[in-house]
Amino acid sequence: MVVPLSFKHAVRGQVGGAMIEARGLTKRYGRTVAVESLSFTVQPGRVTGFLGPNGAGKSTTMRLILGLDRPSSGDVLIDGKHYRDLHSPLRYIGALLDAKWVHPNRSARAHLKWLARSNGLPKRRVDEVLELVGLTNVAKRKAGGFSLGMSQRLGIAAALLGDPQILLFDEPVNGLDPEGIHWIRQLMKRLAAEGRTVFVSSHLLSEMAQTADELVVIGRGKLIAQSTTGEFVERASGTSVRVRTPQLERLRTALAGTAGTTVRVDEGALLVNGMTSDQVGEVAATQGVVLHELSPQRGSLEEAFMRLTGDAIEYHAEEAGEHLHMQGTSGGAKE
Amino acid sequence: MSVLGAERIKLFSTKSPWWSSLATVVFVVGFGMIFLLTTASLVREDGPAVPFRVGVSTTQQGIFFGQMVILVMAALAITTEYRFNTIKTTFQAIPGRTSVMLSKALIIGLLAAVLGEIAAFASWGLGRLLVTDFDLTIRTADQWRQVAGAGLVFAITAIIGLAVGALTRHTAGAVTALLVWAMLGEQLIGAIPRVGDKIQPWLPFNAGGHFLGVGPNQNEGAQTGTDLPYNAWGAVAYFAGVAVVLFLVAVLVVNRRDA
Repeated sequence: MVVPLSFKHAVRGQVGGAMIEARGLTKRYGRTVAVESLSFTVQPGRVTGFLGPNGAGKSTTMRLILGLDRPSSGDVLIDGKHYRDLHSPLRYIGALLDAKWVHPNRSARAHLKWLARSNGLPKRRVDEVLELVGLTNVAKRKAGGFSLGMSQRLGIAAALLGDPQILLFDEPVNGLDPEGIHWIRQLMKRLAAEGRTVFVSSHLLSEMAQTADELVVIGRGKLIAQSTTGEFVERASGTSVRVRTPQLERLRTALAGTAGTTVRVDEGALLVNGMTSDQVGEVAATQGVVLHELSPQRGSLEEAFMRLTGDAIEYHAEEAGEHLHMQGTSGGAKE
Repeated sequence: MSVLGAERIKLFSTKSPWWSSLATVVFVVGFGMIFLLTTASLVREDGPAVPFRVGVSTTQQGIFFGQMVILVMAALAITTEYRFNTIKTTFQAIPGRTSVMLSKALIIGLLAAVLGEIAAFASWGLGRLLVTDFDLTIRTADQWRQVAGAGLVFAITAIIGLAVGALTRHTAGAVTALLVWAMLGEQLIGAIPRVGDKIQPWLPFNAGGHFLGVGPNQNEGAQTGTDLPYNAWGAVAYFAGVAVVLFLVAVLVVNRRDA
């Protein structure tokens, strides 16, 4: 039997158009800045990945969205409202921040029951979501005895309880087996296809590349990029071109003279960044340089992502996000 | 209303409140009977030479022990939420933290009140069955207060436990602070030479006990202590005032703090 995600009996608000909007969001804990002037929007109808290494401020941002923590400055709006001003918020926004946030001695059903009650949702909705995540048979068991996969499913059941238009998931596939990962990916896509706003965090670009349509990328609490996943992967993986030539010095000088291009010598070949292979070939032709190899290189996605968001990186984005240049800085990160 | 319902489901869907409730009644009745039987046999043997009498309030001397269980139960009602992070789920479902705190206070306060009545009347009833040669009939308004007042005192006690639990956020911290204060702190302060006697009436649990006629230095017949700055109702009003102030501080802190 296919259980509809949607909530037949719901008295829900408007469908579509529900979005999250962060405006200059900043959170300091003592002297530590967890999130700094973060601005981004999360749109309905697609999965938006929230990407950043561990400790980048993803969970903090999620807590700020849910009104659990108070921003030091800036704010975040759900459908144009602050979370604290939402009436029966579970009907607007469902979230799974941590699957272990349950009382270990309370049954799965009781956990969902009090949540449903708190937002005036009917009891039958509890059974609907239990069925949906496949926990009906263990509904009376204590949540403390659940495996991580089961806890995750319970957390998702809680998130779906109010049939919300917006869903937040914080690292939902962490520690899951392949089947669980597949299930969650499918679920997120399905939710987005229904026109919902899905915001999901991860520290793995490879994971996001498979699920997210759009990415909000942060590093050390700051926004690095917001773009479609395709664009970001393209940029992150870089377009480096490998060239081999007997006239190495001559070509290197010619290429290095072009603005926005970096050239480095690697095992008797040149590695060119910031130029397509076509462009490199044209430069070579005008210089009358013989080429033995001209091949575009695709860097490791994760490696490139680490360079983008990692610690000792100074980041420059030229106008309109045309090219990204990464330079290791010796004196630590500025700005 | 829905917030109240949620808090009610939460409280009764784990086992510990049930055990605490049972413990409350057993402690009150058990210690009450030990005290009653001991006192009765002393009075029978020595008669008028003994400086106390056996009466209705003699059956209520176990109240204090039940009160300690109520303190722990009320503190746990919120510290376990912090411990298991369900407080975040709670505030996510109900962003109005003041209404969460008020609902918790109402539910736990009501439970404590009911337990207080059950325990007090059970103590009195059992006492009448066990000790027949003394008059344990409830006749005066004061005697009614000494028995039926337990519910009120327990409810106030629960608010104090909840407030301290919310402020500390840790079970061990809250329970230690509450029990050390109620069981030891007030006695030690009262024992300080010269000033102790003057401070003692202003120690909250002491005042609460005075309302029920079970405080220190009080025996049967301590209706209104002549050396005290308040009468029985003044005492309970003061006790309630302390609870309200603590609770308001807790609500303020919970609202301002990150969950």
